[in-house]
Amino acid sequence: MKVGFFVPCYIDAIAPQAAISSFKLLQRLGLRPEFIEAAACCGLPLKDMGYTRSACKVEKSVASHMAGYDYIVMPSGICADQFRYHFDDLEQTPEVEHIRRSAVDLVTFLHDIIKVDALPWARFPHRVALHNGCHSLRYLNEARPSELMIPDFSKTEDLLNLVEGIEVGYATRRDECCGFGGTFTIWDQSCSGQQGLDKVRDYARNDFRYVTSQDMSCLLHQSCVARKFGLDIKFYYIAEILNGDAK
Amino acid sequence: MSRQVNQVKLGAEFIADTPHRESNDRCLWAARMRRDKVAATLPEWEEMRDLASEIKRHSLSHLDEYLLQFESNLKNRGVKVHWAETADEHNQIVFDILRSHGVKTMTKGKSMAMDECGMREYLENQGIEVNESDLGERIQQLDNQRDSHIVMPAIHKLRTDVARIFADKLGSDPSDDDPKYLNSVMRADMRKRYVKADAGMIGCNYAVADTGTVVMCSNEGDVDICANVPPVLIVTIGIEKIIPSQSDLPLYLRLLSRSSLGYDITQYTSHISAPAPGQVMHVVLLDNGRSDRLGQPYWEVLKCMRCGACMNTCPVFRRTSGISYDANYPGPLGLALMPSYDLHRYARLPFSCTHCGSCGNVCPVKVPLPELIFYWREVVVARRESLFSHDLEEGMMGAVLQTSTNLQHAEKLGLWALRHTPESIAESGVNPWAAWHKNPIPPKQTFREWYEENRPKHDSSDESSKV
Repeated sequence: MKVGFFVPCYIDAIAPQAAISSFKLLQRLGLRPEFIEAAACCGLPLKDMGYTRSACKVEKSVASHMAGYDYIVMPSGICADQFRYHFDDLEQTPEVEHIRRSAVDLVTFLHDIIKVDALPWARFPHRVALHNGCHSLRYLNEARPSELMIPDFSKTEDLLNLVEGIEVGYATRRDECCGFGGTFTIWDQSCSGQQGLDKVRDYARNDFRYVTSQDMSCLLHQSCVARKFGLDIKFYYIAEILNGDAK
Repeated sequence: MSRQVNQVKLGAEFIADTPHRESNDRCLWAARMRRDKVAATLPEWEEMRDLASEIKRHSLSHLDEYLLQFESNLKNRGVKVHWAETADEHNQIVFDILRSHGVKTMTKGKSMAMDECGMREYLENQGIEVNESDLGERIQQLDNQRDSHIVMPAIHKLRTDVARIFADKLGSDPSDDDPKYLNSVMRADMRKRYVKADAGMIGCNYAVADTGTVVMCSNEGDVDICANVPPVLIVTIGIEKIIPSQSDLPLYLRLLSRSSLGYDITQYTSHISAPAPGQVMHVVLLDNGRSDRLGQPYWEVLKCMRCGACMNTCPVFRRTSGISYDANYPGPLGLALMPSYDLHRYARLPFSCTHCGSCGNVCPVKVPLPELIFYWREVVVARRESLFSHDLEEGMMGAVLQTSTNLQHAEKLGLWALRHTPESIAESGVNPWAAWHKNPIPPKQTFREWYEENRPKHDSSDESSKV
């Protein structure tokens, strides 16, 4: 199995630990992931603002580096969603169609593709609030959104429950959006900030000291709001816990 | 050119008003929670949504047949049917009817279609006294403010606000904000108005083609008074409200109130097929752009049955209130619909969304709201209605994000600034993000730098690894 590893633009410089833990975890699981060094960005920030033509240029550029992998794993649900479901402004060549099928978020890859059933190295003896990022939850189907009346499931929770000593819980408003929303956090700072504050206060009211998510962008936003308002909560990307790096 | 609505600015004002924001958020979230609870009791819920969406697709793609069937059924029972192509035409038709009957005062139930036409203001300008009969709508009328929610028009107000408005306008005790008391004030005032109303107007939830029935759902019973007490009844119906058959109706009735307020069914479901004895009944079928929308990429928005579930679940709507959208249809529905009325005026609305996707999941007729909101963002940019600041960001991001080399240069610059800018500057007004956020803590090294030091030995070989 030839596995490519895509590092989203916002993770490389601001939250490298998410990518480092993911990369090490894939290696530990017996894979030989190849970091796609030349790939920069999936085009989502531009697509998100409606700039289809500019997004298309970025999409073309990134696509040229991503051919030839069975799976392209990325520690980011928002990017996986972009590759899989919104990568439609550029010409749909067989290569592009292959990228759309093979791009996969880390959680989906671990749960559905290589079906991880043990993480003997991982131990995290704490109560942790799980925040399923909206894209992972509602567009990538990594857990049941609370609005849908379908049988309950949670791939994220299944993976976390392989970690020794962990107790997974949720904020009262279990899957309420935290207000990051990509460019939204810049466009509407007040609403984004208020949503973030409501979210971190929800954790605090439920006595959570630790929060995890498969979406690092949500965690960056939430952690910066929590620090601003003096809440002592630690935020870990899910791979940091699954790989035993979170202490 | 119309003045552009700045939802972000209006929303920020509401957010800063903590008591109102918290109350709005709490009430609407409670509706969403009740919705989840009652929907969960029906094992066929998701199937119902699929079916309701399909029937709407069928009705909308056979609109011509069903509308004519509906019209002929009504005509056979002595109802006068009018067709209004535009809002102006609608208002003119209504005014002509009222004038021909010498109407001076009328009561009207809630109707988003009439509001869309600006009918109340129009009739008032013609010297007709119009009294809203829905409690929330009446509060908004007395306060001279548009609805903040399509089902709960005054949900953004506190009891104390209502007490103040009633004291001002109806002479009640300003210090008494007990809901029972306020209700009794409204009731006493409205009873007097109902009795002397020369005409009543109502909207319509479902127009049943095969029986020619106007179905109206309400919780206050005011609709039945508007429909049955005055000698003249006028019903306004957006043409997308048609459903083929009486046998389709139970499905929609089961979905509507559960989605909207989280109750099994509305208190009143009125089926009106003919004028009451001695009454004259008119039906006005309103197009106002609907038949054009039917041929557009966003046609599915016409499936909407105005339950408001998308508003109750929207994290932005709950915190900023419907008032901030300054639009007849606020919330996610408004983002997907209002630009089709006036692209320039509502060009900013599609950006008031985090793309959480919850609205699409609660919609009982499965309008793909998140996709439509994305669609409008693209249209706004393509028609050059985007903001200059957005265009600037696009230019910079486009260059930075295109190659990994450019991205690394930008990252170096950004990290350098993050590490070396004193907090007094980095978290001052020059960084608007700092109002709600601390800046991220810069890491010791980027992933790329870490990778350079930890590059796997066989990384560049083309031999595939095995699981």
